[in-house]
Amino acid sequence: MSPLLDVRHLRVTFTTDGGPVTAVHDVSFAVQPGEVLAVVGESGSGKSVSLLSVLGLVDRRRTVVEGEATFRGEPILGLSERALRRIRGRDIALISQDPMTALTPVHRIGDQIAEQIRAHERVSRHAARDRTVALLRDVNIPMPERAVDRYPHELSGGMRQRAVIAMALSCNPALLVADEPTTALDTTVQAQVLDMLRRLSAQHGSSVVLITHDMGVVAEMATRVAVMYAGRIVETGTVAELFDDPWHPYTWGLLDSIPPLTGPRPRRLPSIAGMPPPPGRTEPGCPFAPRCRAAMPICRLPPPEQVAGGHRALCVLDAPTRAALRPPRVAA
Amino acid sequence: MTAAPLIEARALTREFVLRRSWVPGSGQTLRAVDRVDLAVHKGETLGLVGESGSGKSTLGRCLTRLIETTDGAVVFDGQDVTRLGTRGLRPFRRSVQMIFQDPSSSLNPRRRVGDILSEPLAIHSIHPAREIPGRLRELMDLVGLPAAALDRFPHEFSGGQRQRIGIARALAMEPRLIVADEPVSALDVSVQAQVVNLFADLRERLSLTYLFIAHDLGVVRQVSTRVAIMYLGSVMETGGTDTIFDAPAHPYTEALLSAIPVPVADPAARRRRIILKGEIPNAANPPKGCKFVTRCPYAQDLCRAERPALRPLADGRLVACHFPPS
Repeated sequence: MSPLLDVRHLRVTFTTDGGPVTAVHDVSFAVQPGEVLAVVGESGSGKSVSLLSVLGLVDRRRTVVEGEATFRGEPILGLSERALRRIRGRDIALISQDPMTALTPVHRIGDQIAEQIRAHERVSRHAARDRTVALLRDVNIPMPERAVDRYPHELSGGMRQRAVIAMALSCNPALLVADEPTTALDTTVQAQVLDMLRRLSAQHGSSVVLITHDMGVVAEMATRVAVMYAGRIVETGTVAELFDDPWHPYTWGLLDSIPPLTGPRPRRLPSIAGMPPPPGRTEPGCPFAPRCRAAMPICRLPPPEQVAGGHRALCVLDAPTRAALRPPRVAA
Repeated sequence: MTAAPLIEARALTREFVLRRSWVPGSGQTLRAVDRVDLAVHKGETLGLVGESGSGKSTLGRCLTRLIETTDGAVVFDGQDVTRLGTRGLRPFRRSVQMIFQDPSSSLNPRRRVGDILSEPLAIHSIHPAREIPGRLRELMDLVGLPAAALDRFPHEFSGGQRQRIGIARALAMEPRLIVADEPVSALDVSVQAQVVNLFADLRERLSLTYLFIAHDLGVVRQVSTRVAIMYLGSVMETGGTDTIFDAPAHPYTEALLSAIPVPVADPAARRRRIILKGEIPNAANPPKGCKFVTRCPYAQDLCRAERPALRPLADGRLVACHFPPS
């Protein structure tokens, strides 16, 4: 099966007043049809920029995007704004953290969704409205016949995010890019929205790239995971590989520093010392080495890649050393 | 619980006027905190949990007297401080310190860290002037920052470091109670763990008492000795941290705990998810009867008719539910 989206050696550099700053270094990933790929990382790790630059959603005058990317086998990097606009919305849809980046406050939500449908397909106004009502029902907005005539400010945050998801799904996109879609929502509403997102993406057969910082959301939603740190994918694998046998010390830190909800409470939470390197960093070695509890002199050189099937990590540690440093945990 | 309460909310109510009207009684008010009784005992950390609109921050602000209370009382160390004026409040202001979510908006960007920290020391004349430099270095040491940080400006620090500065400023007053409102929710996980550990260390070293307000239940479980869960201005359940997390008694607590995505690959290791219907009702127009009735999977007629009071269960916790598990 050929991948839906295939990104190779992506490098993104911003022009700033202080000179060029590289935010994404040599990132490669692929999204297979029907899968949910989670891209995790902390703020500034490059997780959003990697996706947005592929979709042409970064400021072109101030950004240099290098590498290759294909969507359905066709090159997508460097396409004209016009060509990209035909793809975005119809074949690839974006859901962002703040629904108000996708909704305009001055139009009714039904009109906004119908406009999106009519921009990509030749359908009558009436048919577009009917489809809009059906979509709003699909995303569990109560009384969709009335909700179409509401303005965004009349809806709660959770309802707005549902409307944005309805808009994103309106053209049956092959790929849905969801950038922290539930971060701004309350816990009980997040559970509703994730549940619905999972059901609808499966129903529409859409692939999903889920950008998040929440390892809990990753475990529940994703099939595969890419962990980013300082502009690089430091580890990638299936959800089972990553949660049951993580290889990279950064992934260990991410997982171990989450306070547990059951079982004994540790007196102190394991944490990662220090903080991420500044974005302009140019040293060739492992970017995590200054914070890594397993760092060695060799980490000053570019880290080698450990590979077993689809599980990969950018780290010098081999299997026996890893097992000694962090014994595999048996689930209680 | 043997320790005396350090701070207490007694039937505390706070209302906000949404729409004024010149016709008496026809304006619309929102009761953000609805006759809440809650005590924080000496030496404990009370975790106050709730989703947006639950009133947890408003309650925290009433307790610290940052905002006025509409009805009821705030009692600190046995003294009613609800109606005290500026002068009478001075000792209270020193004993109770607040830490906020976004440290960059509570630190003056044009002043050096050393100046930010020494100003309250001078105002409250806690130390003679010649002792202040030594005290500042001690504060930096307590929160894990180098003394050189005193000469720098807030923007030169990362989010986690700025939160440490916010904590140092609170500690400068040698407070007895710290009210922390979402102090780690703006931080990345790895940094969040460092700051959570700092809160625990400081409590031990300085025998502090915390009211820790947060929406992240994992963080609350880690830091709290006791928890209180709020919904639409009322406390729905309160008790020992392990009592509540191991077996929630209120249907809302149960649903809230089940809704948290758990970072394990094996679906069998998760709680049974209860997906609540609907959303949190408008706080200006809460349901009659139990406030949770519109979303409760177990609601019965009694729940729609009568609002349940907080009542003790055999294990000592309090639950506001007509039908708690026996």
